[in-house]
This record gives sequence, C-alpha cells and structure tokens, in this order.
Amino acid sequence: MRKFKEFIVEKLILICGIASIFFVILIFLFLLKEGLAVFKTVSLFKFLLGKNWYPISEPPQLGILPLILGSLLVTLGAAIISIPIGVGCAVYIAEVAPTQTKEILKAGIELLAAIPSVVLGFIGMVTLVPLVKNVFHLPTGLTALSGSIMLAFMAMPTIVSIAEDALYSVPKSYKEGAFALGATRWQTIHRVMLPAASSGILAAVMLGVGRGIGETMAVMMITGNAAVIPHSILAPVRTLTATIAAEMGEAVVGSEHYFALFAIGIVLFVISFAVNVTADLFLHKRQ
Amino acid sequence: MVKFEIHNLNIWFGSVHAIKQVNMEIQSNEILSVIGPASSGKTTFLRALNRLNDLNTNYKMTGALELEREDICAVDIEVLRRKIGMVFALPLPLPLSVFDNVAYGARMHGERNKRLLGQRVEDALRQAYLWEEVKDRLNESAFKLSGGQQQRLCIARTLAVGPEVMLFDEPCSGLDPISTAKVEDAMLKLKEKYTIVLVTNNVKQAARVADRTAFFLTGELIEIDKTDKIFTAPKDRRTDGYIRGKFG
Amino acid sequence: MKRNSYRTQMIAFFFLFLAMLLIVVPVGLIIVIIVQKGLPAINWQFLSDIPRQGMRAGGIFPAIVGTVYLVMGAIIFALPIGLLAAIYLSEYSKDNMLTRLIRLAIVNLAGVPSVVYGLFGLALFVVFFKFGASILSGSLTLGIMILPIIITTSREALESVPYSFREVSLSLGASKWQTIRHIVLPNAIPGILTGTILGLGRAAGETAPILFTVAAFYLPQLPSSIFDQAMALPYHLYIISTQVPNVDAKVRYGTAFVLLTLVLFMNLVAVIIRYKFRKKKKW
Repeated sequence: MRKFKEFIVEKLILICGIASIFFVILIFLFLLKEGLAVFKTVSLFKFLLGKNWYPISEPPQLGILPLILGSLLVTLGAAIISIPIGVGCAVYIAEVAPTQTKEILKAGIELLAAIPSVVLGFIGMVTLVPLVKNVFHLPTGLTALSGSIMLAFMAMPTIVSIAEDALYSVPKSYKEGAFALGATRWQTIHRVMLPAASSGILAAVMLGVGRGIGETMAVMMITGNAAVIPHSILAPVRTLTATIAAEMGEAVVGSEHYFALFAIGIVLFVISFAVNVTADLFLHKRQ
Repeated sequence: MVKFEIHNLNIWFGSVHAIKQVNMEIQSNEILSVIGPASSGKTTFLRALNRLNDLNTNYKMTGALELEREDICAVDIEVLRRKIGMVFALPLPLPLSVFDNVAYGARMHGERNKRLLGQRVEDALRQAYLWEEVKDRLNESAFKLSGGQQQRLCIARTLAVGPEVMLFDEPCSGLDPISTAKVEDAMLKLKEKYTIVLVTNNVKQAARVADRTAFFLTGELIEIDKTDKIFTAPKDRRTDGYIRGKFG
Repeated sequence: MKRNSYRTQMIAFFFLFLAMLLIVVPVGLIIVIIVQKGLPAINWQFLSDIPRQGMRAGGIFPAIVGTVYLVMGAIIFALPIGLLAAIYLSEYSKDNMLTRLIRLAIVNLAGVPSVVYGLFGLALFVVFFKFGASILSGSLTLGIMILPIIITTSREALESVPYSFREVSLSLGASKWQTIRHIVLPNAIPGILTGTILGLGRAAGETAPILFTVAAFYLPQLPSSIFDQAMALPYHLYIISTQVPNVDAKVRYGTAFVLLTLVLFMNLVAVIIRYKFRKKKKW
C-alpha cells in the first residue's frame, strides 16, 4: 500500500518536473495558434517590414516595422546607458566597496528589482518625463529617451547582480597573482578581473538588455505611444510590447488586429528565447 | 556460521576500477575489521554490503554478494538496509530530537505504537551505552550532544531498526580517545548479537577489537585472517609493511 | 610611473563610485518620493472604500481585494507544481538531456516578457477554456509566470540540505520518498517559504499579464466567485495614471504607495526568513 502511494507520488513528481517544458511549448503553441492566422492576409515580409501600423483602418495595414524600430531604439538607448553604469556598479560592489557597504548596496539593488514596473512607470511620468521635456525644450517629454532612461534603470538589477557574480567567481589566485606582480588594484581589475569574467559579464548585459525588449508597462507609460517610424530619440515611439498591451483590450477576438497582436507576441517570444539561450550558453562557458 | 559470502566482486565508478575480484566470507557474530591505506577501496566495499553505492549514478558492480545465501541485489532494498545497519565516519545525527533520531527507522517502517517505540528507543540507547547520559534529554536536539555521544546515538539509531549486521565506517575518526574507548566497548558487547564489519584507518583499533582482519590495497583483498595472525605473522609482505607503518 | 598609475586608479574608482551612485540614489529618491507624497493619502477610508467619482475619489478597497485574490490563486496553482518540480530536479533528475531541457525551459519561462504571458493567458484560459476574463484566468496566468521563481528557490533550498542526511535516512531502511518527506523537506521549508513569498511579491506587482485576463477597468463591487472580473492594484494604478484625466495626485501617489508597500513588505519578509534561517542553521 505504501509502495503504491510512493509510486504515485514519484510519478507526480516526474510530471511536475517536466511541467516547465510543457508550459514553454504550450505558450509557443497558443501564440502560434492565434498569431499565424494573420499571415493569411499579410505576408511575413510585409508584416515585419511594412512601414504602416493602422490596424483598425479599412483594410487594416499591419506593418510592424515602426514598432520594431521603436523597441530597438528604446532598447539601444537603454543599453548605451545601462552597460557602463551597470558594469561599473558591479565592479564597484565586487572589488572596491568595503565589506559592510557591499551588503547594503546589494540590498539597494535588490530593492530596485522588487519595485513593480507600473510603479516605476508612474514615477517616470511624474519626474523623468517633465525633466526630459524641460531639458530639451520639447513639446512633450513622452519620448524614446525617457523610455531608454527608465529601461536602463530597470535593467540594472539584472546586469549588476549577474556581473557581480561573474566577478566574484573569478579564482582568487588570479587576483593574488596580479598583486604579487606589483599591479595596482585598478590594473588588476581591468587587466585581469574584467577579462576573466568577460563571458559572465556579457551574459549579464544580454539578459539585462533582453529583459528590456520585453518590458511593457513602464515603457508604455512614458514613451508616448506613437506608432510611426522614429526619427529621433527625442520623439515619441511605440514599442512591440506597448502595442500589445495598449491595443489588445480593444481588439475583437478573431479579428485581423487580434491575430496581428499575437503575431507580435510570437516575435517577442522568439527574441526572448534567443537571448536567454545565448546568455545561458555564455554563463555555462564560465563554469 | 557464514553470514556474508562474496564471490568475484568487482566495482567500478565510471572508469575507475575500485574493487578488484574480491572473494571472502564474513562469519556471524564476529567483528571483521577492514584495514588499508586511503583509497584502497575499504569504504566502497563496506557500502556495497548495504547497497549504499547504488546512490552513485555511475556505479557498476559485478559478482555475487550473498547474505545468508540470498543475493542482496534480489532483496527489496529497504528490507536489506534494515537488516544491515550502518554507522558513518562522522557522527551524523539527523536534525531531530534525540528520541526522534533513534525512533526514525522504526517509524519509517510503520511502527506507530508510542509505548513500543519508547521501549525500542530505550533498549537501543542502553545497548549503545548512552541511556544513562541522555534519558533526561530525549527531547533535546541531537546536535546538543557531544561528539562521542552523537556517535553512540548513531549506533543506537541503527540498532533500533533491529539489524543483523552492523557496518562501521571509520566510526572513531572524529573522536577523542575516551569517546573512542566507549564506542569500542559498545562494539565488543554488540558482537554477541550482531555481525560487525569495521572499516578503520586505525590499525591499533583493529588489533584491539577485531576477531579477523582483512587487508585491502588499491581495491584488492591482499589477505584475510585471524587478527592476531595478521598482526604477528602476515603472509604477505605488503600487509606487514602497512601494519608496521611503512606506508599508508 | 608609480604615482601615475595610482592617479589612474583614483580616477577609475571615482567613476565606479559614480556609477554606483547613479543607481542607488534614484532608488532612494523613488522610495522617498512615494512615501512622502503617498503616505498623507493613506487613511482608513482610502483603504476600505470603493473608488468614487470615476476613480477620482474614494478608496481602493476592491483593487486590494482583487490583488489578494489573484496572488492567492497564483500561489495555490504554482506552489505545488513548483515544489514538486524542484523535488524532481534536486532529488530525482540525472545528468542527462531531459534535465538540461528542463533547466533551459525554466530559464526561458523566466525570460518570457510579461505581456506575452498576458497573450498566452488570453488565448488559453480566457478564449480556449472559456473562463472569460476572470480571477481564475488571471491567477493561472500569474501562476505560470512565477513558476520559475518558485522552482529555482525551492531547488536551492532542497539542495542545501546536506547529502549525508539522505544517506543516513536511506541506510536506516527508509524509502526515497520517506527520506524526502521526513528529512529533506522539513529542513528546506524556510528556503521554500522565501521563494514562495518572492513569487507572491512578483505576482502582486505585475500588470501586463492581467491586462486582458482579469482586469476590470472600474468595478465598484467585490468579486463573488473566481469567474468574476476583478480590479487589481497595479492595473488600477496604471489606469488612474494614464487613462483617467484629472485624478487627484494624492489618489495616484496613495495607490502607488500601497502597491509598493505591499510588494516591498513581502520582499522584506522573505529576506528576514532567509536571514534567520542562515543564523540558526544547525549543520
């Protein structure tokens, strides 16, 4: 009797063990199920590279190039801001900060990771957006730049913590060897520690910036949501994620618009899949 | 009477050949000590007897291991391990109270009766010479006992399951001489009822307690004989060398 | 030469310090601003009343209740699955292709954008299973989203239980499941709890997955069953910040304050549990 019970429990454990695989496949399948239908009316080429996103005009124009460019612009901006600051902060915490402050700083970074994206979006609206507007004398502060700054900020916890881990796991002997040769702490850091931790840091950057592409609420609240091909980082843009979040509420289930939004979901899923798998490879190389 | 029969035992961990072609017998109610230098395969041999090596994923075994003429690989593994108890090198109390540690095995085998459990725990603790020291501390965490007490607790815990064979894997390696003496006393007393296999790094300990002694070297059984014979007139030069402390 | 390299070091360290400040100071500012402007909005009426005048006044009680329901539902779904999956990975899995695939799946599940979870929840639960926009749909969506957090932290907790305990238990004739049930699990509970609470915090703060699966724009009564729509704090904050004009700033800050407090409180609890557990570890 006990044996039978244990047999059942162990089978249940196995089933739950593979549940993650099941869910990933399920997510992809349902995105495909709802999203592929859009390609009956628009070709993949036209969908990805079409310059106009007018989903509710008659007939609808479903080109997501402006959205892709919007996402890329915001994310690129975020990468430019977040990589030096994030990696710098990781180096500071791992190598420079005194032990007591180290823990406090780490807690501060963890705190940032815990703040809900919608709260950051709200704070961005009331602080960052007016700031950008006034500094650049713009008609509106809801711009790609605001989004980039906020996104950079949101990518920090990922970048800092993974990069710090990577630096931490460099063998102590490397550092001791460099010191023994008379190198200063800074020389040790940039000649020995950074190269040794490079693949981990690269993974940190990829994951941090990759999360950026998928970030929705904060970006939607402060980038202005204009679905046109952006000409400047100081103009309003609309990202892939924001498009889904903003429009799905109004799209009729089963309409072209609905299918198109799911197709955008497929694009996002594929991007995040690629980023995560690649980053994982880099992280594994390190071990 | 023969308790264990071991025929052509070979053990591999991956590509490492840990035990090579061992043939021997273990008698009932004897203390058999297994000596040898580090990585001579003595612990692997011991862990083969209650199939604890099975936990290792790249473990492979050939040959026959028979407990009272029954192949141990054919027996239900939980029943086998109840018959063959094990005391580990370091005192390893479970993170439970003293009482719950000793009662653990019996409980897992379905004993629910409080009175019987209490009796079992007391008997086991008495046999391990621990009862007097802990009878007022049964509900304390086992980690609060001293190292020597913890090791005797582990012996009691194994006894409470009702084994026939007791395997000791260097049981005194972490203990001071006084605690060691207490554990050895317990073992000498226990052999009246149980068959004992003692793996030890301490050659003197083997001389003190063992009826017979087996000498392992790099996975091979070099020689097995009465303890006094091994220590006074070993057949093999290598046994002599090890006992005299020339290597190991 | 030597002096020169020390000057370089000073400059470099200054910039590293600056980088750190650029992250830490804004975090501090955000907290200060929300507390400073949100705290005055908090009173019993704000917490216990329904929204009034098109959400421009009144309270946020239905949103709090909705979030609590959603989070509870998510955890009821995700905890058993996540815990059993963690047990599989820590106790049963071998170093083979399947395990690598599972690990990869978890990494990806953790990386899927939250809005894609929203799409998935919409397609599977709302449309395909016909649960409609409801607490049930939202809870399940959030549940799948927090699964990776629960699996990863629980697995770490299980693996931190010393291997020797398992050997001892098995050597006493206990079965594998008995060993897990009586030795491994009880000693991993603090870690599992930490992971669960972190998952709760994450679920409470997410907006995108509930946009199309639960959220009611304005629903001045409490949900009566799991098939009802509900308001939720993060979605409410989103709406009153972007969709409803002329909302009193106090209401916005107050809502942000409540949401932030809720999420940070859960994180704090998780940190405290982890800290206490480390201190009293017996082995």
